[in-house]
Formats: sequence, structure tokens, C-alpha cells
Amino acid sequence: MISLAGRDILHSWGKFVFTGIGLGLLIGVTLVMAGVYRGMVDDAKALLDNSSADLWVVQKDTLGPYAESSSLNDDLYRAILAMPGVAKAANVTYLTMQVRKGDSDVRTMVVGIAPGQPGITPGWPPYLVAGRQITRGHYEAMADIASGFHLGDRIGIRRNQYTVVGLTRRMVSSSGDPMVFIPLKDAQEAQFLKDNDAIWQSRRRTEANPAFNRPSVPGLLDAVIDSQSTNAFVNAVLVTLKAGYTPDEVAESIRRWKRLTVYTRTQMEGILIGKLIATSAKQIAMFLVILAVVSATIVAFIIYSLTMDKIREIAVLKLIGTRNRTIAGMILQQSLALGLIGFVVGKIAATFSAPIFPKYVLLTPMDSVAGFIAVLVICVLASLVAIRMALKVDPAEAIG
Amino acid sequence: MSGKGIRIENLSKRYGEGDTAVFALKDVNMQVAPGEVVGLIGPSGSGKSTLLKCLGAVIDPTAGRMILGDEVIYDNGWKARDLRALRRDKIGFVFQAPYLIPFLDATDNVALLPMLAGVANGEARARALELLTELDVQHRAQAMPSRLSGGEQQRVSIARGLINRPPVILADEPTAPLDSVRAMAVIRILNDMARKFETAIIVVTHDEKIIPTFKRIYHIRDGVTHEEAGEGRAFE
Repeated sequence: MISLAGRDILHSWGKFVFTGIGLGLLIGVTLVMAGVYRGMVDDAKALLDNSSADLWVVQKDTLGPYAESSSLNDDLYRAILAMPGVAKAANVTYLTMQVRKGDSDVRTMVVGIAPGQPGITPGWPPYLVAGRQITRGHYEAMADIASGFHLGDRIGIRRNQYTVVGLTRRMVSSSGDPMVFIPLKDAQEAQFLKDNDAIWQSRRRTEANPAFNRPSVPGLLDAVIDSQSTNAFVNAVLVTLKAGYTPDEVAESIRRWKRLTVYTRTQMEGILIGKLIATSAKQIAMFLVILAVVSATIVAFIIYSLTMDKIREIAVLKLIGTRNRTIAGMILQQSLALGLIGFVVGKIAATFSAPIFPKYVLLTPMDSVAGFIAVLVICVLASLVAIRMALKVDPAEAIG
Repeated sequence: MSGKGIRIENLSKRYGEGDTAVFALKDVNMQVAPGEVVGLIGPSGSGKSTLLKCLGAVIDPTAGRMILGDEVIYDNGWKARDLRALRRDKIGFVFQAPYLIPFLDATDNVALLPMLAGVANGEARARALELLTELDVQHRAQAMPSRLSGGEQQRVSIARGLINRPPVILADEPTAPLDSVRAMAVIRILNDMARKFETAIIVVTHDEKIIPTFKRIYHIRDGVTHEEAGEGRAFE
């Protein structure tokens, strides 16, 4: 038996191909949307992987340092270092801000890293794609390649200029902003440093406060002003564990004895994926549902129209004894063929357009397989209306 | 092939019930022998289409018998179960417009019926080509319907009606869209094929040009038929 669907497609191939391309672009958008979500999850995981930490110690009762602000005294790491099972503990600051790049600016996450060594001290980028790690205490930076900086470029952060000495790859925040690593002290200053007018105003207020400006206590005013001009806070302490200790037992110990909030890797992943990007994920899921409904409607409409165009032929086919399942099969095969053309076009479009998107788009093979199955299911469902209509055609219509 | 043509006895078709009942056909009797071509003539609303649909096993008559070849199709409410297969294997249709499947070439349009009956593609195509040769359109065998002239399309349509060697062919206004020369050519072909394949052919027509060619004519009016002898004029 010849394939009626195949013959019809070959006969009106232009209609099928162009419709398939249109559908394919829609499927391509759907795949990219799924890829954007996967990219967000991957960015979140990359953030955790690249911090090289087993535990995140943050301000009590906060979801810091990524999902909420968190502030800890920068000397707490010493006490944490003394806890059983802790191999390394290092301060870290995170600040998402616009940094200057020549005449323009770039949105980045500025990370302040404590003195140490890559691979040993948590918070340091584990590898570089060019240049070297920071070796000086001030005004050197390592930037992610996605920021557009090159070795030797100057980065303007607040009032200071930093020289890019190393480049990293896939070091991004959970929002996909590229990271810029600078020494911790510089980062603390950048995080809390006010402009000159604000500092001057603050000093004026302190001087005017009789509680601080006591003639009977010489040196008190200077001490207070000094304390206001320096920043002794960090956002989190990153901890690595000694062999033989589990994250949960060390975390529990720190929570109990230091009265701080501690997150393990699993918990932090839950915060990032379950809370930080949850709204975006729901937004994307809504788009995916809408796109799936639109795709189904388009396929249904096209298949319905193609079937309507063939009502007389279907009546003739039924009159000359064609089985209902042959006619239903013809419509179903055409719908699936349309879906197949659409999926191929969509996959190609998504693959070639993904690198152009500003945010990381991760197209996974499993998503493609799931997308393909979804397209086939949508095509089957979309063809049901047309099949129902075709099966209701009276063969007598061919006679008139 | 069959040796007994088609016979209907007291065939009636009623639409509606009670006071609103309308009889489209009333005790119609008709017999067409193998190799015979008869005309069925009547004004609009006379019941021609209903009779054609009953003969074509598309709608069920309310009462009466229909015997196709050796097989009883309807018998006062009883009907043969698989009317779809019956239409495919035992009844050929030729329409006013050829209604060829636009995405199949001439050969496959004809070969489709045996293919639907389970005949292998190659064999079905060979049979189709043979029939197209008989009808002198073999040179257009690979052409799509949109590339065929009206006369060629009608010949392909006739070939499709004949391909399964049915005992009866129902031709509904087969010459309506054709000029007189092509119309006579189609009637000649139907006569030739009826004789060659021993097929009973019923031609429903309004076409004054071809009415004189029938040897027997059934007139139908208000659902009642009466038979009369035709002129049986030789083809020009």
C-alpha cells in the first residue's frame, strides 16, 4: 500500500516545508526557553562548584550570601577554623555591581577573596584560562572572560583601578553575571566605602553627638570616627572539611557552638534553585506551557485546514472502500511529519542561536529528547480534531 | 467479474416517520444485465441521487431487495455487513467531476483500489497501466490529475471504476462537464468496457446528447421508476 500521507506531502511540499519552518521557529524558541532555565540551574551549580566550599557560614537566620544579604565579622573565621572537622575557613564578600570598563560599564559580581592559594583556599577560582592568580594585596583582579575584559585591562571599582592579571571561564553568579575577583580588603572597602561628602557629613554628625564628643574623654571622638571609616564585615565564611567528617555533623557543630547559620552544599543548592531562581523557573515554565499550547493550536489548525481542503477526496476515498484507519493514519502521519520537520528546524535554530543569547543557554540531549516526544504528543493530539472530522465525512458526499 | 449484473426488487427509501415521512423511492424495480449500459433519467428531486446511493451501498433502503451478482446486499432491512469492502470490490463509481486524488498520479489513482484490497503495489500498478492502455491514456500514466485534460481525467476515473472488475458501475452524470465529442467518446468507452468486462453500467444523466445511445432507459419521477426502450442509436 502506498503512503497517502507521503504522497500528499510530496505533492504540496512547499506548504508543508514553510509551515514546518514556522512551527520549527516556535519549537526553537521553546527549546531555547528550556535551555535558559537549564543555564540558570547550571550557573547556580557552577557558582557553588567554583567556590570550592563544603559549608557556607552566614549571618544567623539568613539565606545568605547569594539569596539574601549576610554580614559577619571578619575575625569569625578564626573561631570556625578551630572547630573539629574544619580544614580551611576563608572570608568572602560578594557584591553585584556595575564596574567601569573604559568608557562603558559592565554588570559583574565582585568577589573579595581572602589571601591564600588556588585549590586550597575556598573562594579562589580553581583554574584560569589565561594570566595568573592574584599575588598582590591590592589593585589586582581576575575577571571572567564573559565580562569582556582582557589581560592588562583596567577595571574601575568605586574609586580604585584594578589591573586584570588573570582570566577565568564559567565563573558566574546565579544570575549569570560574570565574576571579578579582587583581594578581600579591597572588596570590603568597595562594599562599604562612602563618597567624600557622605564621610564628611558622617563626621559632622558624630562630632555633633555629645555622647561621642566628650571633652572629658580625649581620643573618644577619633576612635569612633576611625571605627566608622573601616569595614570589618564579610558576607560569608567558606569552609572546607577534613577527610572523615561529614558536612552535616560539622555544620551542626558550628550552628550549636558559634550560633551561626550554616549551609551544606545540598542546602545551598536548594536555596539557589528552589528559592533564588524559582520565580524565573516558574516564569519560564509558563512560557513553555503557552508555547506548547500555541504550537498545538497551530498544528491543529494547519492539519484541520489541510483536511478541510481534502473533504471531497476523503469522501471519494471512503466511497471506494478505504478503511477509516487508513484515512486516520494519513492525517496522523501528516501531523507527525509536520512535527518532525518543525522539530528538526527548531533544534537547528536553537543550537545556532543559543550562543548569541546574553545569558548562558544550556541545551541538553535529554531536553531535546523530551521536546521531541512532546512535539509528537502535541501533533497526535492536534490531529485528533481533523481525524474526527474526516471520519464523520459521509461517503455519499462524493455522489452529491 | 459476475455473470448476473444487478437486480433490485421493490426497493423503497423513506425519510422521516409518521406524518413527516417522505418516500424518496417507492417500490423501485430494476435489472441491468452484465455488459449492458442503461440510462437513469429524471428531473431534479425525482429520487435519482437516492437510488444511486442505495445502489452504491452508501445509504440503506427502508425495504426491498438488492442483489449484486450472486450476493444479496439488502433484503427487507437486512444488509450485508461490510458495505465498505463491497463498495471497494463490487461497485465501480464514475462521477460527474472525476474526483481524482490530486496527490496521486494517474496510475496510482487507478491502482489505489486494488492496493486497498491488499494487492501488491507492483501488480496493482501493472493492472492499472493495462487498463489505462485500454482507455488510450497510457501516455499520461505518470501525470498528476491537475495536468490532465477533462477527457483524460474522466478516462482515468473510468479506469478507477473498472480496475477491480466490479459487476456494476454507477456513473453519475459522467459526461456533464464534456463537450459533445468527448461526451460521446466517454459513452463509447463505457459501452466497450461493459461488453469487454461483462459489467452492468447504470448511467444517471440529463445529457440530451447521450440519451439516444441507450437501449434501455429507466425514468424516475417522485420516487417511482418506469422502464422504456431507448433508441440505442449507433455512436457517431
